[in-house]
Amino acid sequence: MMDMGKLTMGAIPFDQPIIMGAMTFMVLGGLALVALITYFGRWRWLWSDWLTSVDHKNIGIMYIILALVMLLRGFSDAVMMRTQQALASTGGPGYLPPEHYDQVFTAHGVIMIFFMAMPFIVGLMNLVVPLQIGARDVAFPYLNNLSFWLTAAGALLINVSLCIGEFARTGWLAYPPLSELQFSPGVGVDYYIWSLQISGIGTLLAGVNMITTILKMRAPGMTLMRMPIFTWTSLCANMLIVAAFPILTATLAMLSLDRYLGMHFFTNDGGGNPMMYINLIWAWGHPEVYILILPCFGIFSEVISTFSSKRLFGYTSMVYATVCITILSFVVWLHHFFTMGAGANVNAFFGITTMIISIPTGAKIFNWLFTMYRGRVEFTTPVLWTIGFMITFVIGGMTGVLMALPAADFVLHNSLFLIAHFHNVIIGGVVFGCMAGFSYWFPKAVGFKLDERLGKISFWCWFIGFYMAFMPLYVLGLMGMTRRLNHVDNPVWHIYLVFAMVGAGIIMLGIIAQIAQIAVSVINREKLRDLTGDPWNGRTLEWAVASPAPFYNFAATPHVEDQDAFWDLKQQGFAMGPLPAYRQIHMPHNSGTGPIQAGFAAAIGFALIWHIWWLAIGAFAVGLVVTILHTFNEKRAYYVPSEQVARTEGRYYQQLPVQA
Amino acid sequence: MTVQARLGTPHPSLVSAVLDAHEEHHDDGSTTTLGFWIYLMSDCVLFAAVFASFAVLRDQTAGGPSARELFSLPYVAVETGCLLVSSFTYGMAMIAAERHKQTAVLAWLGVTLLLGLSFMGLELHEFGELIAEGAGPDRSAFLSAFFTLVGTHGLHVASGMVWMVVLIAHVLRRGLTADNLTRLTCLSLFWHFLDIVWIGVFTIVYLMGVA
Repeated sequence: MMDMGKLTMGAIPFDQPIIMGAMTFMVLGGLALVALITYFGRWRWLWSDWLTSVDHKNIGIMYIILALVMLLRGFSDAVMMRTQQALASTGGPGYLPPEHYDQVFTAHGVIMIFFMAMPFIVGLMNLVVPLQIGARDVAFPYLNNLSFWLTAAGALLINVSLCIGEFARTGWLAYPPLSELQFSPGVGVDYYIWSLQISGIGTLLAGVNMITTILKMRAPGMTLMRMPIFTWTSLCANMLIVAAFPILTATLAMLSLDRYLGMHFFTNDGGGNPMMYINLIWAWGHPEVYILILPCFGIFSEVISTFSSKRLFGYTSMVYATVCITILSFVVWLHHFFTMGAGANVNAFFGITTMIISIPTGAKIFNWLFTMYRGRVEFTTPVLWTIGFMITFVIGGMTGVLMALPAADFVLHNSLFLIAHFHNVIIGGVVFGCMAGFSYWFPKAVGFKLDERLGKISFWCWFIGFYMAFMPLYVLGLMGMTRRLNHVDNPVWHIYLVFAMVGAGIIMLGIIAQIAQIAVSVINREKLRDLTGDPWNGRTLEWAVASPAPFYNFAATPHVEDQDAFWDLKQQGFAMGPLPAYRQIHMPHNSGTGPIQAGFAAAIGFALIWHIWWLAIGAFAVGLVVTILHTFNEKRAYYVPSEQVARTEGRYYQQLPVQA
Repeated sequence: MTVQARLGTPHPSLVSAVLDAHEEHHDDGSTTTLGFWIYLMSDCVLFAAVFASFAVLRDQTAGGPSARELFSLPYVAVETGCLLVSSFTYGMAMIAAERHKQTAVLAWLGVTLLLGLSFMGLELHEFGELIAEGAGPDRSAFLSAFFTLVGTHGLHVASGMVWMVVLIAHVLRRGLTADNLTRLTCLSLFWHFLDIVWIGVFTIVYLMGVA
């Protein structure tokens, strides 16, 4: 019998009907997908055109698909929490026992941040940034593919934890000493550690790649101060990734050493210091929220400027505000635990830096408002998300400044007020931003627009649902209800929790509308097709090519003379037209090494979680050999013949509607 | 929404871009080197986090042995010497590479590898002794931080040596091609970076520990 470490049949929770139901659903869904691909004979296409693709646009799309799937998973967790609290607030036990409920709230946070928001943002950056700067691809296309697969491997592990074993019951940041072996002896925290370590390395590599791309591969003439604002915010977000994610890696590594080798970094005994973990994890965690929100600020800027048909108001101040936020994000981390007892001076310092960060953010809000002022604003779906964001984010920002007062924070710490605050900024900022970006760049990615009516329905459901779900939480927080409660007996709170549950239900309608929107748009794709490549009368270079963009992006590298490079070309009357000749284009080959390496990474993670040492060592050794062999592969790139470029471009110009 | 796009004249710069005789732009190695620099900075942050943890925990001996009782400076001086000289020999390999002297490159890489091996041997021997004395990483928070900081650096040196072996194979196979020169440059950055980190380790862990 093979040595399987701690893994036995008992790891599968046969006695838990909810988990078994979810598991059956996942397995059946997976089997249905496999059957469909086999039926249509699409395996080869899937492998060679998508899974091994090094094209930044395909990788971006795969990231976004991952994010949308994980949104469904994370949202089901949210619905379970809201229903549990609504059912269990008048003394009853509800339907989720504490050990399951604790896994649900942990998984909800981890999934929404690491496997929904992060892949969504990284996916949009991948899709858009190289096009916006007039580049062929990212600086390291193979590494880009590997980054995606490492993220997917982390997501795989977290989903496996649902079926085999358990997930952490610690909350989304796994604070010690609770997350130490003494209090969490199961595999839940190990699933947490390895899924985040593997995906974190993917994110770090993606950050290195994107910074290099932006710094080295901009089209001639695109100086830093002519970069589109989304590229600017992406640059800053990726700098934060490179500066912050190593701290997460180190912190989780230290926690693993405590758990695996009996070390004493964060233990109660042996001189360990749990508060050090909390300092370290937030030294990563606070920059992390700006990694998510900065690119969204970029999206809102692009959307509002395009649909107001105006140049962005205060471009320079927008850039400086972004850079200020980037720097300030590293000096506010302690506001997550004012109650640690660091003393009045330390708390005052971090309270003040936290309040200062709202100044550049406020400057941005005014810039967006002044961009709309006297503009010809079109109320399309992306604009609705943007206006919804401006209102919601300002409210969330103000409750944040409230809590930046250490004295007030002592009352509000760990209460539902805090939960309401950060959902206020994360849903109102990041989710709305991702949705705005999704509907704005969808035609560029796939070649047809999304259905507007369902998009607007979805927005209104999300918008109203958000307020119904989270405004009661502010009230409950002020009434003294703390976070992560499994059941309480307080009839006064009950009605607010029911109200919040209804709000979550309305958000669910919004998500259903989005699924319907995608389905309807696919069905009506011929009617919604974007023949021009420029469906919104855009301003930046991604709109200067066909939709979907050809795999080589630009037949000839554009020369940039203005901030709004494409708008400038159109104003000069030089928009689009076939070139007199085309040149061959140097492009990277696809590579299967990325998915294979990530597969070994997932195997190593799984083996370490279950203490199957031979598998961990074996997978590491084979993975290393695969990596080394990859460096000997010299057929990395090839030339696309100029005739093929001419044919592709010709097809595009043929279908262009000629303006009367 | 009005369709603004139109079939028209492309911008003259685009026309000249395709008609100009210059070749499609290739990476001259500088993009890879910049990317590697950025990665190194992230590695630097990783070490910073581990250094900070060591600084917090250095006095938490939990009744166990302290740095003063455990470390022998002459021993660590030899270890340090190996690593510093290996940085010098790697520098010699790079000078040879610039002059396209393949044999000299391989010889200097070999010497560097030997010095790296000696460094790792000395470090592992020290670890073994400490564990045998009952001063293993699970003894106290101080020792956890010590083993982790020095071990993280050691792991980096070990991966640098694996990389060096792979690069020797690359150079033997293809010679000093542009690709291989870029790779040698990246490993050079990595190797010198580890030297700098070690100077921090030597100062903060050993010198300040024994003082």
